[in-house]
Parts: sequence; C-alpha cells; structure tokens
Amino acid sequence: MEPRILSHLRALEAESIHILREVVAEFANPVMLYSVGKDSSVMLRLAQKAFFPAKIPFPVLHVDTGYKFKEMYEFRDNLAKELGLNLIVHTNQEALDAGTNPFKLGTQKCCALLKTRALLDALTAGGYDAAFGGARRDEEKSRAKERIYSFRDKFGQWDPKNQRPELWNVYNAKIEKGETIRVFPISNWTELDVWSYIELEKIPIVPLYFAKEREMLVRGNGISPIEHNYPIQIGEKPEMVKVRMRSLGCTYCTGAIRSDAETFPQLMDELVHFKRSERENRIIDHDTEGAMEIKKREGYF
Amino acid sequence: MSVESQLLRFTTAGSVDDGKSTLIGRLLYEAKGVYEDQLASIQSSSVNRSTGPIDFSLLTDGLRAEREQGITIDVAYRYAATPRRKFIIADTPGHEQYTRNMATGASTADLAIVLIDARKGVLVQSRRHAFITSLLGIRYVAVAVNKMDLVDFREDVFNKIQTEFMAYAKSVGLKNVAFFPISALEGDNITEPSARTPWYKGPSLLDHLESVDLVEARNFTDLRFPVQYVNRPTLDFRGFTGQLASGILRPGQTVMTLPSGRITKVKSLPSYDGDLAEAYPPMSVTVCLEDEVDVSRGDMIVDPNHVPHVSRRFAAKLVWMHETPGEAERDYLLKHTSQTVRAQISRIRHRIDINTLAEQPANKLELNEIASIQVETRRPLFFDPYQQNRITGAFILIDPVTNSTVAAGMIEESTAESLEPLKLGSLEFTGETEATVTPAERYARAGHYPATVWLTARQDLAVLLERKLFDLGCQVHILADDRESHLLPELARVLNNAGLIAICSIASPDPAEAERAARLARDNRFLLVDPQALPVHDEEASEVIMKQLEDRNVLRRKERFEVGEGI
Ligand SMILES: Nc1nc2c(ncn2[C@@H]2O[C@H](COP(=O)(O)OP(=O)(O)OP(=O)(O)O)[C@@H](O)[C@H]2O)c(=O)[nH]1
Ligand SMILES: [Mg+2]
Repeated sequence: MEPRILSHLRALEAESIHILREVVAEFANPVMLYSVGKDSSVMLRLAQKAFFPAKIPFPVLHVDTGYKFKEMYEFRDNLAKELGLNLIVHTNQEALDAGTNPFKLGTQKCCALLKTRALLDALTAGGYDAAFGGARRDEEKSRAKERIYSFRDKFGQWDPKNQRPELWNVYNAKIEKGETIRVFPISNWTELDVWSYIELEKIPIVPLYFAKEREMLVRGNGISPIEHNYPIQIGEKPEMVKVRMRSLGCTYCTGAIRSDAETFPQLMDELVHFKRSERENRIIDHDTEGAMEIKKREGYF
Repeated sequence: MSVESQLLRFTTAGSVDDGKSTLIGRLLYEAKGVYEDQLASIQSSSVNRSTGPIDFSLLTDGLRAEREQGITIDVAYRYAATPRRKFIIADTPGHEQYTRNMATGASTADLAIVLIDARKGVLVQSRRHAFITSLLGIRYVAVAVNKMDLVDFREDVFNKIQTEFMAYAKSVGLKNVAFFPISALEGDNITEPSARTPWYKGPSLLDHLESVDLVEARNFTDLRFPVQYVNRPTLDFRGFTGQLASGILRPGQTVMTLPSGRITKVKSLPSYDGDLAEAYPPMSVTVCLEDEVDVSRGDMIVDPNHVPHVSRRFAAKLVWMHETPGEAERDYLLKHTSQTVRAQISRIRHRIDINTLAEQPANKLELNEIASIQVETRRPLFFDPYQQNRITGAFILIDPVTNSTVAAGMIEESTAESLEPLKLGSLEFTGETEATVTPAERYARAGHYPATVWLTARQDLAVLLERKLFDLGCQVHILADDRESHLLPELARVLNNAGLIAICSIASPDPAEAERAARLARDNRFLLVDPQALPVHDEEASEVIMKQLEDRNVLRRKERFEVGEGI
C-alpha cells in the first residue's frame, strides 16, 4: 500500500482549496482577481477543483490598466469562454483618457491610478466583501508578512502592525459593511511550486512565459517590449532577441529576460538556477525601500 | 527538488533578540533560498545591527517598522527547499507584546525551533514560548542555543542551558526535544557540523529538520470530516465539501452525520481528476452520500464507531490575545472547524503562571495570559481533545462587537452537562461532572438520543407510547408519580443522562414543573406535548408523538437496525 502522505504540492493544493471554499461559504459576494499571469492561472484551476462539478461560483475581475500585452488579452478572452467565467474587466478610463502613463507621471503615480485606484473602484462598484488575490508570500518581504485573510478597512487599506491573529486554518471572516477581506489562497506557494503545478496539471498559460524571438528594445541590462508605442529615443532601434517574461505586468514596466527556455523542463531548469528574484524585473517594486509595503497599505494587492 | 518531496512546517520561538530572524536568514541563505538582488538589497541597507558583514535578520524582517526598531513585530513566512524536504518557515517575534503573532506562526507548525541566547540562558519569554509550543501540540522541539560564538563555544554553558530547559520542558509536557549549539550569525552547526564544537556529536540543525518523522503524526483511524460547503450545482448532485481532519474516506463506507446522528454510506468521492478510491488527511475533497440526508455547513461526517464528543460545555486552555481583557459571562463568537456559534466563558478556572506553572485565581484574562477555562456554547460542538486532534480540538474566540480575534482555545475535555450539581432529595449527582462517556457514545450504542416527553392527563397513551418505543428498540421508561411530581424533572434528567427516553406522565397540568423539566433537559430533546393538539385516540396520538420525536432527530424508525449492526 502506498504511504498515505501527500506530496508537498498536493498538500498546498488541499490548503488552497480549503481556503477557497471557506470564503465562498462565509462571504456574501466574493470575487477573484485575475491578472492573466501564472499565479492567477493556478488560482483558477484550484477554484475549478474546489467547486467541481459546479462552475466557479464567483465572478472573476481583471483590473486592466490598458497597457497589458496583446497576447494576454487574447489568452484571457479565450479562457473566459472556455471555462464559462463570469469575467468582469475594469479600467480607470478617466485616468487613461487623461493620458496617464508611466513616462508622464512616473511609475508610482501611474500604478496608483491605473491599478490601486481602479481596483478599489471596481471592488466598491461590485459590492464585493471578499477578493481573492494570487499574491504569494515568497514574492516580496512585506508580502511575507501578510495573513491569508488580510483585513482591509473601508478605504481598502492594510494595517501591517495590527493584523488579526490567524490560528490554524480557522479564519475570522467577520467584517462590517464597507470593510473587506483580501484572501490569498496561494500564500504558501513559491515560484517553483507554481511552475511545478502548472506542469503537473497541464494548466494553460500565456505563451509570453516561454522563450521566443521577440522584437525588443535593449537598453543596457534592460530589455523592454515595444508594444503600446513604447517611446523609442533617437538612435535606438528595436531588435529581435530570444526572451521570455518571468512575471507579467504592464508592457512598459515588465522587463524581459534573455532565455532559451521553450519547454517546461527547460523552464524549470532555468528556475532552479536563477540567482535573482522574479520581481526584479518589475520596475515598480524598487522605486524606494519598502515600496511594496507602502503600496499595499494604500490598497494595492 | 522533486514533486514528491514532503512538507515540513516549522516556527521559531524564543525571547527578543535571541537571534531567530538571523537564524532563519542564515538558513535561507545556506539553503540557497535567497536571490542575489535580495541579498544586495540587504547589504546596501542603511541598517546592520549585526557584527558581521550581512545582517541576516533583514531577510525576514519585512516591515519598515521592524527594520527601524530592529525587532520582529509580526510573523514572516519564508520558504526553503532541500532535495529531501520543502519547508514553510514562520519567523515569529520574541517580544512579549506580540505573543499573539508568535501563536499565529506556531499554530500550524510541526516543529518549533526554540532559540536561547547562550549568554542569557532560559528567560521568562523562552518559557512562555515553550509553554505555548506545548499547548499548541507541536510535536518536535529543536532548542537552538545561539550566540555560542560569544561564549567561546563552551560545552559547560550549553550543558547548563540544556539541563535547565529540559526541567521546564518536562513539566509542560514537551516531547521530542533536541538541542543544538549554534551561531546563527557565523553559521555553526546550521547546515554542517562545526569544527568549533568538537564536543558536540549530534546532527546539524538542517539535518534534523530534514529527518524528523512526519507520517507518525497523522491520525488515519477516527474519521472527522467537517462540512465546509454544500455543493449543489444541479438537483441531482449534492456534494459535501471539506478538508479531512482525520481518518479515511472510501466509497461504500458507513458513516454518521452529526448533529442528526443519521447513518448512511459514502456513495462516491467525485473530483476534477475523476472519482477517488480513497481520501486521507489533509486532502480537500467532495463527498456524496447514499441517502438524502440533511447536512449543511458546520455539520460533521464521522465514524459511527468512534464518535467525537458532542457537547455545549467543555474545558479548554486559552491564550488571550487582545488588549481588552477576557471575562466570564460575556458573549463571544466561537469558531470551531466550520461552525461559528455564540459562546461564553462560563468560568475562569485559573490562570497559569508562566514561570512556576502555578495555578492562580483570576477573574479576568489579560493580554498574553494563559488560562484554564470552562466554555458554554449556544449549540453543541463536535470535538476531540486538542492533544488528540489539532483540528477538531481547536477554536478561536471573536469579539462580536469589534470582530477582533481575541483568543485561541485548545479543548481539553467535555464537561458537566449542568453547572450546579443535580440534586434529588438528599442525593447529589456530582458524578455528572466527571463523565467521560459522552452523549454521542451513548447514542452510538442505543441508536437513539435521549429525550423527555412531558405528557399531561393521558396515562393510557403513556403506556402505549412506551410499548411502541420499546418495540422499536428504544430504551424508554415511564415516570409517573403524582405524589412526587416535583421530582420528575430531575428523574427525567437522570434517565436522559443515561441515554434513555423518559415519558413523564402527569395527572394534571403543572406549567412550572414543565418549564423546569425543559430547562433541566438542556441538550436533550424535550417534548412538551400539548394535550389540546393531540388526537383523542391513543393510537393516533402516539403516532403524532413518534413523528415529533423523529422530527427532532431523537430516533429514526427506518434505519434503526442498521444502526445496531454498525456498532
Ligand atoms: N554574535 C552573535 N550575534 C548574533 C547571533 N545571532 C543573532 N545575533 C545578533 O543578535 C541580534 C538580534 O538578532 P535577531 O535575529 O534580530 O533576533 P530575533 O530573535 O529575531 O529578535 P525578535 O524577532 O525581535 O524577537 C542582532 O544584532 C543579531 O545580529 C549569533 O549567533 N552570534
Ligand atoms: Mg526576529
């Protein structure tokens, strides 16, 4: 007989499914944030498993800055159709119309308007009392401090010095009207776990994660995608480089990495040998010391 | 790292500045769990409280306030993997003010690393954390005697701490305690044996973390499946979802649902990946049952041969975690597995002095105090003692006004059905308080719950009802004594305690006694039969009463024999 001990991936899966069900059972109107990235893809699969044979019993919200990759939009719309998702796309159109972009306002301000503001507005508009996010504690050191049920006040703000104790898997879901809980079902997964699971479960993901010859703008160590009219300076010329994205954000703020990883085994191999963290190429996280903590206090995921 | 590696969750514990964060930072660094950009960022950080080139504590102290003050405030979760194991690490604060955050990190741990500063020895806070570690039922304790570099790696210093800690560990019931002489800062005995402690022959800390046994800790015998959510996508699918707390589930297996007490079988274990042949803890699964039983969130599917305690009253250990003191007879919400009920601390038995373990009287529970209490809940809970089952024995208390989580509770045993001892004339049934045979166990044997039927002016009906219930296999007894009718409520209660159905046959109406009987019957089903509403024919009337008993789940006519067989 096989020993009855779950592999670490199956143990993580069981924990995440427990969280998803707990939220659906205890909240009136939960929503899942869907960013089209690898973590969201894992979260969706976990939700499918948690509620099988039913469809995913909550809407899926994409906070769209308008600056995502073309391939992400295609992927999102196909997947929504295939899984029969109730997909809600929210954009801070007012800010976009006013010409908000990172070159004009700087990355912090741009993020605050197109991501944080848009997110808070979308949550209020939908009247959601709980919102699932695919953030992981291993991503960044202030995220390592977050509870699975992260309490947010009426303004969506996080108070890291005053978090509710969270014991065992007994989560406190009590809130007043206007307050919300951000829930992180894959808190305990690492980047490697996510990839191992995607491979194990054959979860569809945006092809941008795999290496391919792509048209890029190379500036020193930085390699930038040139979608959405990336401002090219005089003398610069895009070139074809074999790259992939390790983490997907807005095209302006996501740097690509040189890579030959076209398949899963190659990608996993690359991952094991990585010497630098996945958010390193996310410009927004490095503006100032503790940048993520500040954004999170303000309501960012 | 393979997909098949096992997960070990561990936590740090110990007094402030003993070097917990430094140790975790060092472990991460050695296990290649730190990326270059992260390392560069802490190297270039404006703070470095360590005497070495890298302040490893900055790897886990992720909040600005923590870096500014040089202490850990809240638990940080970090991850590391070796070819043998995958680790989820909770680095917790040592400062007394943040004990609740330490408890948060420790609650899910399989192992605790208790740090002790070699220069300072065992401090109050080391004891507090060791005590909480024991209360939370953490199986393994690794005592890391840290900063050995500051005491010249002296064996006698290590031995003295070992002796002192062991004495305390024994008195709080800690098992599987191992000791390691380390320097978190300089890396001695962390991943490899250190040349500076030739007298130490044991494994390195990491070796130990990689080798403690994880299988032994699981309980595969007593099925406990708290129902989280009922999945009903179509009219002909009803799946009960949840995470297995203990035991095994297989199609065809006989199970009991609580609180209804119904016996049925597992039909299937459907999943996204196809039907499962078996489920075991900690799997999250969906269970379909053979019969249409009424099961909802908060109910529990259990093994009919090993039922949990079912009670509204129990004793527990409590860690108080809020600035507002805890008080007896105040309303709290109690969340236990998937059910939330109103509850009160009915009595604070005593507070426990962390240092001496002395039991002291208390009428309030202050922040970070540990106490032994009595709890009373509005509805019955289905539970096991925490030391037997870390899931069905755990609960939290929530303040219904502020919504704060105010306490963590570990159930010890079910207690007294009544608070004041039951008196019958000069007889006092104090034995009630020490009962270990639970109502659910009596239920499992009798096949029905106890009940009190209060029947006025229908002696013949009482006799017929007793016969009918008896023929069904019930344990039943008529109490009819006109002269001593004021004793009937107590007598009925005693019969109920023994698991019987009591039929109280009263000659003339006595609302005061009926009310007293209802109160005394408490959890037991009390059936006050309204004589006006009853058919005049005894046969018809008895059917009405039987139906009411069924509606209250006292008995189930259809499956009676199945119950008997299962036991
Ligand atoms: N010499 C020496 N110093 C150490 C060692 N381990 C930790 N320290 C120092 O002790 C101080 C406290 O270390 P931390 O790791 O922050 O202590 P902590 O236990 O995490 O403290 P709290 O989380 O606030 O309870 C720092 O200045 C460390 O550099 C050691 O092995 N040797
Ligand atoms: Mg610390």
